[in-house]
Amino acid sequence: MCTLEMRGNLFILTLTGEDRHLFNPDLISSLLKLLSQVKAQATCGSALITQAQGKFFSYGFDLDWAQAAGSEQGAVKRLQQMADLFKPVIATLLSLPMPTIAAITGHAVAAGFTLALSHDYLIMRKDRGILWMPEVDIALTLPDYINALFKEMIGDASVRRDLLLRGLKMKGDEAEKRGVVKAAYDGEAEVREASVCLAENLGKRKWHGEVYAEIRKGLYPQLSAILGLSHKVYAIARL
Amino acid sequence: MCSLEKRGNLFILILTGQNGEHRLNPNLFSSIISALSRAKAESTRGSALVTVSHGKFFCNGFDLDWVNAAGSDEETQQRFNLLLDYLKQLVLAFISLPMPTIAAVNGHAAAGGVVLALCHDYVLMRRHRSVLYMIDLDLGIKIPEPFMALFRAKISGSARRDLLLRGLKIKGEEALKMGIVEAVYDGEEEVTNSGIEMADDLAKRNWHGEFYVEIRKGLYSELCDILGIASKAIATP
Repeated sequence: MCTLEMRGNLFILTLTGEDRHLFNPDLISSLLKLLSQVKAQATCGSALITQAQGKFFSYGFDLDWAQAAGSEQGAVKRLQQMADLFKPVIATLLSLPMPTIAAITGHAVAAGFTLALSHDYLIMRKDRGILWMPEVDIALTLPDYINALFKEMIGDASVRRDLLLRGLKMKGDEAEKRGVVKAAYDGEAEVREASVCLAENLGKRKWHGEVYAEIRKGLYPQLSAILGLSHKVYAIARL
Repeated sequence: MCSLEKRGNLFILILTGQNGEHRLNPNLFSSIISALSRAKAESTRGSALVTVSHGKFFCNGFDLDWVNAAGSDEETQQRFNLLLDYLKQLVLAFISLPMPTIAAVNGHAAAGGVVLALCHDYVLMRRHRSVLYMIDLDLGIKIPEPFMALFRAKISGSARRDLLLRGLKIKGEEALKMGIVEAVYDGEEEVTNSGIEMADDLAKRNWHGEFYVEIRKGLYSELCDILGIASKAIATP
């Protein structure tokens, strides 16, 4: 499902296995648990990399599980359940007291893309993998916190429109050009290497984690409000 | 005024009339809003709408001649406010239209005409002989909130400032670079045909109109809040 390891100052959260890493309630709970652990064990100079094995970063909510409810009403209920369970995962990432990087080596679709987008930096493959919000194609609407995430994380209105209203399947080079990801590399190893490199460089700055989190929340005030994250005014006499 | 043509899955809204500037007065506003109601009523899965115009202008904004022809200062203000109200209704009508929308800007667009273009999901423009001009600053006219929200929703970064605060007459290539338009074309025929082509491509995605609207509303949530329209949350896959 997912694992957490430590490598020096780095926390590495891995979605394991060759499958689509669908976010069903179990996986969502595991993610939340591990991220809470990261938060608890954070120190000055920590950083998080979220990565996945195989061809997929994540293909989003488990729609099969939703439909297995047997009725339309049941499916909607299960979908809502997953959306509600997922919200704290995003909230935890948004308030994580350290820089965060998503190392996207496979397809990041729907809630999978959302998870990636909740990180401070996105690094992606150029040669494989897409970012895709298929909701418009499958006639699903987005929960308010996901709309808020896209609004505040993606500054360019045309890009947001192309991703959400046009269901664009965005490859690495376009994502890099249009500012959706920080950088795109050819090859899985290159992405992982670049992510570790970035994480280490950011870690070296030895930022005060809680202040970092507060500044991050300040960048995304509407999203923070929707996620129920309060904003603390910090004054640290370090001068 | 305007006419609505149906071509297969496409609705083609054509700004017509002897008034070559296609200035927005109560008649043209009513005409457009009525056409949009018809398109909404007749919409199916895989519908799309493209708005086209002919001649030197796409739309040169409010009919200020009509506004100023009023008998008194008070009535002039009333007429202007009426046009603002109509423009707001126009924005509402476009946001609630259950299909992708494209504006094929064949000529100049100013003030309300720019708003009209930006009401669409996608804007195509002519490379030459066509400028987007928010003349409001130069005329000393404030831009009221729902339209400011539209600009905030659709245009990002320094482009927004350049469009609104700099009184620039923005030509095709510039508009493209600023991210205001998707593509530019040489010639009126080309931009019109490309608009129709793009509408066709989007129509082929066969989107469910009602969900398309909800996703659009979610995308432009601040604007919708200001306009007072709510969006529905999750629905069945």
